[in-house]
Amino acid sequence: MSVSSRRFNSRRTVNLVLHGALILAAVLILGPFLWIAAASLKTQIVLLMGHVTFKPVTLNYAEVLFGNTSTFVRNFLNSVIVASISTAVALGVGFLAGYSLLRMQWPRGVVHLFLLWSVVFNLVPPVTLAGAWYEVFRAIGLANSLVALILAHTTLHLPMALWLLSSFLREIPRELEEAAVVDGAGFVRLLRRVVVPIMMPGLVSTGILIFIFSWNEFPVALALTNNHSATVPVGIAKFAQENEIKYTQMAAASVLSAIPALLVLIFFQRFIVKGLTAGAVK
Amino acid sequence: MAMLKASRRVKLFTVLPALLFLVLLSVLPLANLLALSFAKVTWAEGSATWTWEGLANYRALAEDALFKAGIVNTLILVVSATTLQVGLGLGLALICSRLGRSAKAYRTLFLLPILVPGIIIGAIWKLMYNTQFGVINQLLGLVGLGPFDWLGSSTLALASVIAVDVWHWTPFSFLLLLAAVEALPRDVFEAAQIDGAGSWRTFRRIVLPLLWPAIFTTFVFRAIIAFKVFDEVYLLTGGGPGTSTQVISFTIYQRFFVQDSAGYGAAMSIFVMFLVALVIGVAMTSQKARSR
Repeated sequence: MSVSSRRFNSRRTVNLVLHGALILAAVLILGPFLWIAAASLKTQIVLLMGHVTFKPVTLNYAEVLFGNTSTFVRNFLNSVIVASISTAVALGVGFLAGYSLLRMQWPRGVVHLFLLWSVVFNLVPPVTLAGAWYEVFRAIGLANSLVALILAHTTLHLPMALWLLSSFLREIPRELEEAAVVDGAGFVRLLRRVVVPIMMPGLVSTGILIFIFSWNEFPVALALTNNHSATVPVGIAKFAQENEIKYTQMAAASVLSAIPALLVLIFFQRFIVKGLTAGAVK
Repeated sequence: MAMLKASRRVKLFTVLPALLFLVLLSVLPLANLLALSFAKVTWAEGSATWTWEGLANYRALAEDALFKAGIVNTLILVVSATTLQVGLGLGLALICSRLGRSAKAYRTLFLLPILVPGIIIGAIWKLMYNTQFGVINQLLGLVGLGPFDWLGSSTLALASVIAVDVWHWTPFSFLLLLAAVEALPRDVFEAAQIDGAGSWRTFRRIVLPLLWPAIFTTFVFRAIIAFKVFDEVYLLTGGGPGTSTQVISFTIYQRFFVQDSAGYGAAMSIFVMFLVALVIGVAMTSQKARSR
């Protein structure tokens, strides 16, 4: 065997081993999701008996979605409301502030104050803030309301919005804005016609991330809501606390709550990677 | 340079909403929390009475076994989980970048755990760890091991929680490190290979030093998120058995909301924030000293 073909062969072996490692990682990551999906299609008895083969049933989903005692649909709607509104507000507020701080000649102290806030805020465990918000919202009569949770989630994710949008803004060339100003565009027109269109990918990335984070957020939602205003994670946590855990229904509810994550993964994968890495690298 | 001459009104208007959130929903509640930490709150007929207690809440911290366990377990979790995640993430990133296009599908798949709610990750693993029907004991049973009480035994519980955290967040380390690996200059590899350096040598001498800043950043990022761990613990173990998986966020939650001792919970929160500030301060000054 010639030297070059031997090298070629060893290269192929190495690549095969590496592919094997990736497949193993993929199985480890996907396995639990498949297992819970399977569990959601079993009856409680079949699950408890530990049978591997089973006849799939949809009764868990029926119970979670349409059962008399199930709060899942309400939780789901609450989550949709809280996540969409808080994402929209955080994006709007963060975009305006980010643009202003970068482009409108603020004193450096002001800019640094905001950036410092957005960094430090991310370091503090949300539970510590939950207590603070709980007291405030109770004092102003907003205890256990969706408005309170929307405000809390907006505050929680605004620093991230500010941080990510500023880093995307820094990438766009000023010349376009200058040209628009020379053409006599006012502030609103400048934003609508020039800045927002160029920023669109950044806005989408940031928006998707905030939506997902708000959808997933647990400790603050747990602290600030009651049965009526609970979001999906709070609802699912309830399953685990009942005396007799309805495992299969818990599995079905879990699968349903992962829907936004799956949709994002399928349709907006590119944006997610952009947002997650921009947040860390810059 | 023609810049937008923003009037003072526009300037103020653009920053005002963010400023309102900053002041009304971050600074004020925190100031309130600080005040609360020096008080004891008692409830009578739906209204709260604050009694000033000075530093009593803070002194009580030193005596609190739950709090101590929370701090210790959190540190163990942060250090071990983060190290494993960065190591595994780096390995996967290097493999993916070497295999190039043929590894594309895996990258998408690896994103999934990052996007799913932590509570659901907890739910999934709670079922998988189950002693009666969980898949982990079933698989181990095939090779004659177990069954183990993963979440119920005080020796295994923390390790089980750490394993879930590693599973949950390794993809995030992978993603950050992959971005860094892909940004490495290609010609450096080629030059090293022409010089006859083997793969391991190239890795040790060239790739690793170039990646070091990214590894450091990933480590810090992960450590920050790991420090806040709450969801999985809440669902998997509730801090137990005993205090073996008590983590700091969970301790605060229990003291503040479950036991309803707001003053004491506030003191604990403030102390943790102080701790975080201290760590940042040290990190920043050492960073400054190094760059000088």
